[in-house]
Amino acid sequence: MATVCKKKNFSLKVLSRNPDNYKRETKLDIHRAPQNPEAYLHPFALDREYQRALNATKLERVFAKPFLCGLEGHKDSIEVLAKFPTRLAHILSAASDGEIRLWDLSTKKCVSSVVAHHGLVHGLCSHRTGQYFISCGQDANIKFWGCSEEGQISPDPLKTLLTKQVYQCVDHHEKEDIFVTCGQSLDVWIGDRSQPLQSYKWGLDSMHYVRFNRIETHLVAAAADDRSIMLYDTRGSSAVQKLIMKMKTNAISWNPMQAFVFTAACDDYNLYTYDVRNLRMATNKHEDHIAAVMDVDYAPTGKEFVTAGYDKCVRIFNAVEGHSRDIYTTKRMQRVNHVLWSMDNKYILSGSDEMSIRLWKAKASEKLGVMKPREKTAFNTTEVLKKTFKDYPEIRRISRHRHVPKMIYHHKQEMRDIKESQKRKESNRRFHSKPGAVPFQPERKKQVVEVKD
Amino acid sequence: MELSKKNEGQEKQKINYFFPKEPDKRGGAKFSFSRRPNENVTEKPVPEERMKKWRKGDKAKGFAKTYFHTNKIRAREEIFEKVAEKSARSELLCVEETGGLEGDKTYEITQNDIKESSDEATQQKIFDLRLDKFGPYRLDYTRNGRHLLIGGAKGHVAAFDWQTKRLHCEINVMETVSDVKWLHQETMFAVAQKKWVYIYDNQGIEIHCLKHLDMALRLEFLPYHFLLCSSSAKGYLSYLDVSIGKEVAGICTKQGRLDVMAVNPQSAIVHLGHPTGVVSLWTPNMKEPAAKVLCHASALRDVAVDASGIYMATTGMDRRLKIFDLRMYKELSRFQYIRRHCPGLLDFSQKGILAVSRDNVVEISLPRSHKPDKPYIYHRADRLVADLMFCPYEDVLGIGHGWGFSSIVVPGAGEPNYDAMEANPFQSRSQRKQTEVHMLLDKVRPEMITLDGQIGQVDVKTAQEAAEERLKKKYLKPDKVDFTPKNKMKGASSASKIVQRKKGVQEQHLRAAVREIVRTKQVEGKLNTRNKNRKDLEPSALDRLKKKSV
Repeated sequence: MATVCKKKNFSLKVLSRNPDNYKRETKLDIHRAPQNPEAYLHPFALDREYQRALNATKLERVFAKPFLCGLEGHKDSIEVLAKFPTRLAHILSAASDGEIRLWDLSTKKCVSSVVAHHGLVHGLCSHRTGQYFISCGQDANIKFWGCSEEGQISPDPLKTLLTKQVYQCVDHHEKEDIFVTCGQSLDVWIGDRSQPLQSYKWGLDSMHYVRFNRIETHLVAAAADDRSIMLYDTRGSSAVQKLIMKMKTNAISWNPMQAFVFTAACDDYNLYTYDVRNLRMATNKHEDHIAAVMDVDYAPTGKEFVTAGYDKCVRIFNAVEGHSRDIYTTKRMQRVNHVLWSMDNKYILSGSDEMSIRLWKAKASEKLGVMKPREKTAFNTTEVLKKTFKDYPEIRRISRHRHVPKMIYHHKQEMRDIKESQKRKESNRRFHSKPGAVPFQPERKKQVVEVKD
Repeated sequence: MELSKKNEGQEKQKINYFFPKEPDKRGGAKFSFSRRPNENVTEKPVPEERMKKWRKGDKAKGFAKTYFHTNKIRAREEIFEKVAEKSARSELLCVEETGGLEGDKTYEITQNDIKESSDEATQQKIFDLRLDKFGPYRLDYTRNGRHLLIGGAKGHVAAFDWQTKRLHCEINVMETVSDVKWLHQETMFAVAQKKWVYIYDNQGIEIHCLKHLDMALRLEFLPYHFLLCSSSAKGYLSYLDVSIGKEVAGICTKQGRLDVMAVNPQSAIVHLGHPTGVVSLWTPNMKEPAAKVLCHASALRDVAVDASGIYMATTGMDRRLKIFDLRMYKELSRFQYIRRHCPGLLDFSQKGILAVSRDNVVEISLPRSHKPDKPYIYHRADRLVADLMFCPYEDVLGIGHGWGFSSIVVPGAGEPNYDAMEANPFQSRSQRKQTEVHMLLDKVRPEMITLDGQIGQVDVKTAQEAAEERLKKKYLKPDKVDFTPKNKMKGASSASKIVQRKKGVQEQHLRAAVREIVRTKQVEGKLNTRNKNRKDLEPSALDRLKKKSV
């Protein structure tokens, strides 16, 4: 409003708001909300955001209820878990009594089951199309099982291969009709042949775990009983590399997004992430378990992985961090032998000694189900806030706190003491010896004994 | 050739963002909302001068310890830059303009002149309430500037929407009223009465009697902390959390009667004025003042802090008006009034306009251009002025005086563009309820009121202590910590200060090195004495296997 008064010669402009410009026109409209980013109109903006982040962190802990359900039905301890690369809801599991079950996660029920082998089932893997899966067992058979779209397993195997040796693990190629089995040797099978196309052997010991790389699809990593991890190329005639560590490796998982990265679950309570281009030093050491790590599986995003511990817990690690971001336990869960991260990045499955498969949420406090856009935005906002203020002492304390079983809590402290005393001893030794005689050795290098080409 | 033909064909076509697709046989969408492929939309960059206003600090220089972290910081800075750019671009959406009054002698322009030459809505804002029985009056506007609360010293309290002139309630509390204050919204207000502070709702029903706060003379409310502060005749400063009804802090200031109080809206620090001419700054977390500023050589009349929290104005019995910079606690300017005139009450508007009362006169001056003899606007009230307050988001100054209340128009006083997320003059009832819930959820804890905001700062002190702790542990590889002094705010990074800070760090390293040497020597000494003791025995061939000191 600007006017000019002639009498006293002044021009006047007064703030005069027309309410019509600020109110909504009809009841069906949304309210008008003009904004002004001027700093002085937003006092304590940072303090309020901090408060919001704090509240969000607290709520996250309040809603952290990861356990969804137990999948009951097996009559013996779980031997293997396997997922279908192209089906979200279906999961395969095999038990020590030779039974294979197919579970539907959306209904949380067993769809079909079949007694596949006499004695233990050692290995289980599915074909990329999901039309059939392969199992190998104590009875020295490799069996192919048909699997319908609805999850019905064919009552009889499509094909049975009688082998001379008992295979410990089986894995299928990502694209071609090739699969590998391992036992006394690493055998590559192709198409309809009843004899392996290729058989690799390096040293005397037997192998117990084998995995195909999902990107560099001909690369295979195998873990052997002589504490070694071997890399093979299925197109070549001999092994590529062999890494010998101080302790045995129980399981290996390739990073699905980075072709050259794999993580090994080791008997020395730790996991080691390696870059295949340089095996002399791990790129990361993941500690926190207080007993042997039995299994590891990457999330489909490649950013996180889940581990199964002999210490009766499941832990989730950020792939680039040295300590776990979360731990899942229940009172009744016994030694966990197998874990799986579902292909939709939302769920985790764990198979443990007491014949039960457990279904967990990958993010403990995540809300399941359909969300409205506003809700989704609110969650996104709180995520960003939590990330922004994550290093503030109060927020870090709350977000890191976990109520763990007594056994784990005390054992963890013990481990910490052991580690500290070892370090002290080493430093004393260094102090009392010639300079340079006791060198500093990186933690990521200590476990490597030898690398052979 | 083909390519050029293709381009020609495209030019001839009409530009159409939403073009129909071939009708889908399966009944899918009939329109595709995608941009035409070859069309690039480039935004004009924001001029550097405008960006400068919105940037909140300098860019980080140099590199972090690792490449990874350097990149992380760079990525973060990119986001900050984007925020600044968006803020600069959103200036366009702030459509209302600040008011103004231009002419030769603006102080000669009366409210009547303004009334004659302004629109009807503005005319409505100039009004007087003749309430000569219960005065003098104290007043308070709500944070959105919509509602007004007045309280006469003899017990008359009234709350109303001053723009529509709709009365919420009018009561007589039958006691002396020394101050009135709205709480976080227009649903509740606090009245400091003769003995205790009472809280009423907007219908005038007494909800609470706060016996914690007795003999209160002044009330202030901190909306983001939900704290009601009162200063009492006995020298007590009390903080009461109105959301839980608990007294957060009760501080005995030992300064006598506290009848001068102001709040810094940016830091929630309470400024108390004392008869000694001292302004003391208080937080609820300390029993002692966080700072004291000697402002005047005589008793203080009033204190006011501006909306940006930078400037503080004080008036004293020595007939002076002073303006201070709160970042440095430095006097910026002072004005001496003539003998018969003594400046009294003060208030800053949102845009920094300062109103000063002396007796029944109110002088209003533009930011940082105070001239006692030639003010921006000069207004004479009916009686002695008892309270002054600018209405937020309006060009209006409310004056409480002996004969009631008058509202005058001061062009350019209020912020023209409000932020509906903070304060909304046009909010509906449901919006009000929603806001209340959000305010309670985001309530800032009273512990966070500090002289220098701690949340945004880097905690170098704790980091240094942790590093020192680490250095003590012999078995850890010594950490290299570089506490290079950063260029701080004005004044803090003079050459001598930098050297001082650097010296402090160097000294720590030196101390660590000395500690190392001492320890080595101790061990050496031990070995020597051990060997010496052995020397008493007969020398033997095995002596050469003895441990020698280095």
